Amino acid sequence: MGNVLIYLEQAEGALRPAALSAITFARAVHKAQGGKLLFLLIGDNVKGAAAQAATFGADGVLTVEAPALQHYLAETYAPIVARVAKEQGATLVGGTSTAVGKDLFPRVAGLLDAGLAPDISAVLAARQFRRATNAGNVYQTLEITSPAAVVSARQTEFSRAAAIGSNSPVSAVAPGNIDAQGAEFVELQTQKRDRPDLTEARIVVSGGRGMKDGKNFAQIEQICDVLGAAMGASRAACDAGMVPNDLQVGQTGKVVAPDLYIAVAISGAIQHLAGMKGSKVIVAINKDAEAPIFQLADYGLVMQWEKALPELLSELKRIKGA
Amino acid sequence: MKILVTAKRIPDPGQKIKLKGNALDLSAANWQLNQFDEYAVEAALRLTEDGAAPATRQGAVTVASLGPADVQQQLRSALAMGADKAIRVEAKDEELDAVIVAKTLEKLVRRDQPDLVLMGKLAADNEGNDVGQRLAALLGWPQATFACSIQVVDGGKALLVGREVDNGVEIKKVRLPAVVTVDLRIIAPQAVKNGRTAANFAYPEGPRYASLKGIRAAKDKPIEALTLSGLGVSTALQVKTHGSELPPARQAGKKIASVHELVEKLRSEAKVL
Ligand SMILES: Cc1cc2nc3c(=O)[nH]c(=O)nc-3n(C[C@H](O)[C@H](O)[C@H](O)COP(=O)(O)OP(=O)(O)OC[C@H]3O[C@@H](n4cnc5c(N)ncnc54)[C@H](O)[C@@H]3O)c2cc1C
Ligand SMILES: Nc1ncnc2c1ncn2[C@@H]1O[C@H](COP(=O)(O)O)[C@@H](O)[C@H]1O
Repeated sequence: MGNVLIYLEQAEGALRPAALSAITFARAVHKAQGGKLLFLLIGDNVKGAAAQAATFGADGVLTVEAPALQHYLAETYAPIVARVAKEQGATLVGGTSTAVGKDLFPRVAGLLDAGLAPDISAVLAARQFRRATNAGNVYQTLEITSPAAVVSARQTEFSRAAAIGSNSPVSAVAPGNIDAQGAEFVELQTQKRDRPDLTEARIVVSGGRGMKDGKNFAQIEQICDVLGAAMGASRAACDAGMVPNDLQVGQTGKVVAPDLYIAVAISGAIQHLAGMKGSKVIVAINKDAEAPIFQLADYGLVMQWEKALPELLSELKRIKGA
Repeated sequence: MKILVTAKRIPDPGQKIKLKGNALDLSAANWQLNQFDEYAVEAALRLTEDGAAPATRQGAVTVASLGPADVQQQLRSALAMGADKAIRVEAKDEELDAVIVAKTLEKLVRRDQPDLVLMGKLAADNEGNDVGQRLAALLGWPQATFACSIQVVDGGKALLVGREVDNGVEIKKVRLPAVVTVDLRIIAPQAVKNGRTAANFAYPEGPRYASLKGIRAAKDKPIEALTLSGLGVSTALQVKTHGSELPPARQAGKKIASVHELVEKLRSEAKVL
């Protein structure tokens, strides 16, 4: 079989945490198929991230740099990934299924005329992968039979790799002709948060429609801050404008798998459960004892949040000595 | 604007999943339109009308599906919402993978030359998140995935699309023709701005219900029937499903009487605090 080419996401001179999960996935798939393990970084300046990527024991780190590659665009990045894959004899191309990965890899697969195994949770063999479907209610085993395979890995299923200190050779690859095909990055509307990212936090506290108003989420925020937790939400809470959309947990939002997930005033629709049932310990706080969330919660508290959250905050402050 | 909307039928996500051997047992499935595709139909209608009642339409919306004869039901429901015509490409669900679907859609696009292909971002059953981007690659068109807003700009030559990404909303401009895949919030009241409808016009939240008149009209709208071989698409699967299983069920835990007890349990029993 051929080589393995893994695209690593970087930002501001460093690998993104998702890239460390991509490396763990890379090691698993490289073990299954053999060949050379190559990392690929793309951007306007990826030198810092490439130096970091060189410490994980890969056979090589390839960089593609150009000012026009400053912002990720599927239209400019996908042809580079596909071309490098061909030049390097890679028969497996992949990375993590972040928003970038979900946008990029199917386009790469289209250019390579390859099958895609999307958002996988395990590598079973060189061409066989396990993945969750149907809102997490089915595990499916997929086999890719095309000569090249494209695979994206679910970040929460592959822990962050640790560096092993080796020094992989880093080489620059010419960007070639960059054509955005009529696409243009305009801007990213984002809110800087001091709390950890949802997909990386050890504890997540989410609120649902039952919170009634955006300002009530301040009570969840206070609890997050005592716990060092990330805040999440249900679709209903996001749609109602109580919190920003990028806090949505679920089939269509973020998939999280923290040690502790606390669902407050969330009923437990299957699409929400799809995004959090991989959590180690689940707590549900809901005034309705029949809410479906209690069917999978390890600890259920049937109570109004108006009473539960202030008590929880003071209990937590007590044990944290804050 | 000429829009092609793609639509897949999926089993009702609320139904309990059953297995037969190591494959899904869909014999009792209630089939429905993939919700994201229903949202794409709604977005396409908003892009081609003016918000007045009754709406004056400009442009045309065609809905295409690959599937067995029963898919006509889902196509009729899209026609009843207001789409103009439908295309069905005969195929059994298990004979399809994203490669075949995208190549088939590519043929339809090259034949009919729409200005825009609007799709769901994801089929909620297999959760591929694959076909739209793949189709854009095959066509060499720009793509805007996970769209939560669409605004027609440059006198109808381009779209400004809000994309739900990991850390917020990315605004991306795509020249037409393009492929856009829609996310949940594309059906928010003011998510679609076509440049003709009054700027402050607000739709009711969600995809529209078919009116009785719409349902009657749908009966007379054409559904073109095509085949994969007629379109010249190879039917060799590049992605094979070897089996499905149910994930281990989570056990319901215990009900706790007080916040104090909860915190103590999380500390001493679950050891997560
Ligand atoms: C295609 C599709 C994709 C979707 N994707 C997602 C997704 O990714 N994520 C997601 O979350 N949803 C998703 N949904 C929506 C999902 O089906 C549910 O509608 C949604 O999760 C409901 O959110 P909720 O639990 O906050 O609201 P509700 O179902 O309305 O539940 C509110 C809960 O709050 C409780 N409550 C009310 N007041 C109080 C109080 N004072 N104290 C304590 N409890 C109280 C109620 O008992 C109730 O259980 C999707 C839907 C579709 C169709
Ligand atoms: N059999 C099909 N017929 C028509 N459109 C499809 C079909 N399968 C997938 N699609 C479209 O592709 C989108 C993404 O599907 P997927 O990549 O499978 O998650 C769906 O929302 C549909 O719009």
